[in-house]
Amino acid sequence: MFGLGILSGLLIVPLCGAAFILSLGDESESVKRNARWAALATTIVTFLLSLVAWGRFDPSTSSFQLVETHGWLAETIKFKLGVDGFSMPLILLTTFLMPFCIGASWLSVNTRVKEYFVAFLVLETTMIGVFQALDLVLFYLFFEAGLIPMFLIIGIWGGKRRIYASFKFFLYTLLGSVLMLLAIMAMYWHAGTTDIPTLLHTRFPVGMQYWLWLAFFASFAVKMPMWPVHTWLPDAHVEAPTAGSVILAGILLKMGGYGFIRISLPMFPDASAYFAPFVFALSVIAIIFTSLIALMQTDIKKLIAYSSVAHMGFVTLGLFTLNEQGIQGALFLMISHGIVSGALFLCVGVVYDRMHTREIAAYGGLVKRMPLYAAAMMVFTMANVGLPGTSGFVGEFLAMMGAFKANPTVAFFSVFGIILSAGYALWLYARVIYGKLEKPNLQGILDLDLREKIIIAPLVALTIYYGVHPAPILDTFAPSTEALMQSMKTALSNTQTAAVIPPVAR
Amino acid sequence: MTAIQAVLPSLSPVMPELILAIGVLGLILYGAFRGERSVESVNVGALILLILAFFVVVSQSGAKITTLNGSFIVDNFSKVMKALILLGSAATILLSRDYFQRERIDRFEFPILIVLCTIGMMVMASANDLIALYLGLELQSLAAYVIAAFHRDNLKSTEAGLKYFVLGALSSGMLLYGSSLVYGFTGTVSFPGIVSALNDNAGIGIVLGIVFVAAGVAFKMSAVPFHMWTPDVYEGSPTPVTAFFASAPKMAAVAMTVRVFIGAFPDVTSIWQQIIVFVAIASMTLGSFAAIGQRSIKRLMAYSSIGNVGYALIGLAAASEEGIRGVVIYMIIYLAMTLGAFAVLLSLRRGGQMYETVDDLSGLSRTHPVLAFCLAAMMFSLAGIPPLAGFFGKFYVFAAAIKADLVGLAVIGVVTSVVGAFYYLRLVKVMYFDEPQAPYETMAPGLRIVLGLSSAVVVLFFLVPSPLVSAAGAAAKSLF
Repeated sequence: MFGLGILSGLLIVPLCGAAFILSLGDESESVKRNARWAALATTIVTFLLSLVAWGRFDPSTSSFQLVETHGWLAETIKFKLGVDGFSMPLILLTTFLMPFCIGASWLSVNTRVKEYFVAFLVLETTMIGVFQALDLVLFYLFFEAGLIPMFLIIGIWGGKRRIYASFKFFLYTLLGSVLMLLAIMAMYWHAGTTDIPTLLHTRFPVGMQYWLWLAFFASFAVKMPMWPVHTWLPDAHVEAPTAGSVILAGILLKMGGYGFIRISLPMFPDASAYFAPFVFALSVIAIIFTSLIALMQTDIKKLIAYSSVAHMGFVTLGLFTLNEQGIQGALFLMISHGIVSGALFLCVGVVYDRMHTREIAAYGGLVKRMPLYAAAMMVFTMANVGLPGTSGFVGEFLAMMGAFKANPTVAFFSVFGIILSAGYALWLYARVIYGKLEKPNLQGILDLDLREKIIIAPLVALTIYYGVHPAPILDTFAPSTEALMQSMKTALSNTQTAAVIPPVAR
Repeated sequence: MTAIQAVLPSLSPVMPELILAIGVLGLILYGAFRGERSVESVNVGALILLILAFFVVVSQSGAKITTLNGSFIVDNFSKVMKALILLGSAATILLSRDYFQRERIDRFEFPILIVLCTIGMMVMASANDLIALYLGLELQSLAAYVIAAFHRDNLKSTEAGLKYFVLGALSSGMLLYGSSLVYGFTGTVSFPGIVSALNDNAGIGIVLGIVFVAAGVAFKMSAVPFHMWTPDVYEGSPTPVTAFFASAPKMAAVAMTVRVFIGAFPDVTSIWQQIIVFVAIASMTLGSFAAIGQRSIKRLMAYSSIGNVGYALIGLAAASEEGIRGVVIYMIIYLAMTLGAFAVLLSLRRGGQMYETVDDLSGLSRTHPVLAFCLAAMMFSLAGIPPLAGFFGKFYVFAAAIKADLVGLAVIGVVTSVVGAFYYLRLVKVMYFDEPQAPYETMAPGLRIVLGLSSAVVVLFFLVPSPLVSAAGAAAKSLF
């Protein structure tokens, strides 16, 4: 339609919804209701559209599909969209989680409802854009543009320290990203294009790769977030409204991992191999150190935030094992963590809406009044721990397997992360759900209502389904992973022979 | 007839300037005869003159033509910069109407001074020798000194005018001194003449001359270390005048700087590049750090303009076609952002009083959602966040710096832009996160037009960037 393909449609539909909501009148009850339904309808339509895109997507090849190109900045910088095995599942994850975010904000957001949903829909466009962009400048544009709506979401609808948290979130991520922008320019002048498919086959000189890798690392590591630049995340999570936390943990954190797999690994293979031990060290520190910090938290959201950092440690660990199991595991973990951590934040939102506190100490014995809630929370807690049979297990297991292959010492240390995660997650569950129902204000707490059941049930189902049958996701990733392994192998062996040949050639 | 043609230089390249000059003389006479009753019609007349000149400028062919004995050049670069200057001046007249009427300083001299200043600025953008440059600069400056003190019963405004005049005269002196040194060592004032006279062998005299010229132009651009006047003059002047200073003269000063360095000293880049790099770094750093503590929006915009000149100069420091393209794109977008921000500032009026501090924006998103949205877009754009236009301005200058191997400069630039983002975000925070105050009065129509147009440029630039980018590319190409 209008010369635009389905991928442009995924970008435009949320914006149209946002424009419609903006055009509604001022803050009256009927406008609020219309804004909610319009936002829900828009996100559902976007999700359905992404399913159509998935239907047209051929998972057996590693090449970019549904590609569309439009003229943009100059002859060499184009508005180019496309998907492959790496990006398609992440786009589906994004469009899938959005209706839940809207649903979770149905009643809890009651001020400036219009602006809230507009911000969320614009955010959806930027997130989908990051995963679709096949041009580095376009990638950067979407990568950064998401900061604006998220800044407003945290700052306007957040908790007590929302202003501090929103500034920290914005400036931290911005500082990381601007270095990436300079690296993109350097790549442009070297290769003459910012077209991602072309750059995937461009060999940068090894010396240049190190600098480029570091510049991109600065951006992705902050976004991931990796230890020691993770400190913005707990603040942002704690202060953000429930749906904001879901998006942060579910999607925004995945952009870092996606950046590694889309740009750092294939474009700078030598640098990636060179810096892999460095990433291992940071990942292992993140896994152990932030798990220990999580054990000490008194705030439920902060605990889950630190557990996210630890899980992202597994993702970076898996990615930089540079073998198929590790990368597949890391990618699977990204999807699984997107569902599970999103669901955990939704669960926290359920009790927060009732009690307006996130202190662990304020809860206890919820199972007596909220059996359904306790059951759902149990599934997500187990998935967070990585219990076999849940989606959390598959990714962590594969990532660990890859790590054993690459570096047994690293794998040995990262195992402690799993033990510790069992510690903090089960302890959290025990303190909140079990025990005696002593607190007087908890006596009247109600179990999940229909809206919450509708929100949580599909997530429970998916968590278990992908735990038992991970093949659909793994198969989608597989061809792209294999192609990546192949190209990295050639690149690395070329470098080795190049290092050997020159003396002979002379 | 042919004899006259032989004596008279070709006048078609200077047509826009002639239109303005003749028109403004008519307006002066009209104003003088009609007195204070003529204010409205003189304003309309000035606006029509500026718009007419704008269309004449854009309809000129982009081919390189010199006239008036080679002292005046028209090319794609002058075309784009003059169009920007005229837009800035026209917007100033639109912005000023309501303000001056309410402040009861509504005099017909203001639009006339703006038009005179505009003629000076256009000559600066088209100067092809040092004399023409100086003439344009002085015409611009003298008009600017007067309008800075236009609120003549207001102590701050007169102080601003006086300060601007004293420091401006000093900087003009430095520029003139530098020009005389250059003339003394090359024997010519014309830019092409200087190029052929220099021919790579620049002596110490030329170096001194360039340093003094650089000091003079840095003052006009309000680049560090010659920025001291900026915050005081911006704060003291009536707000529409501040909007003017931050927009059109900035375009002219940058155009003049590019003309001098690229037009007259292209072969001795190594001498002036280090000056420009230093000035750029100093301006960006001071612009971003000093703005953090400001409470007055006008002072904040003053430091913001210092910082922005620093970013534009990154492109000049690259001394390449890409670099100048970056400068031109940056200035186009900077003009839109500045005019938009001032249009919002000028609408903060309640009960006959203007509100000018950051705290007065508190909760603006609740009371005036559209106004707050536009200002937030300007702020995110000034901070360089995509997809807003400001990002593309920064993108092109940084890209040119990377290509010219000025990686250190680019890194300092992006880091200071993150620092700058802090204070731009503070305005967004005040508007969106803080509690609302009593609403302001409705916007005057002139402000609406300026704000609407500039917001459209800032927000929608990313959808169709190619016309402006290619215009800037043609402008840069004509200099090399």
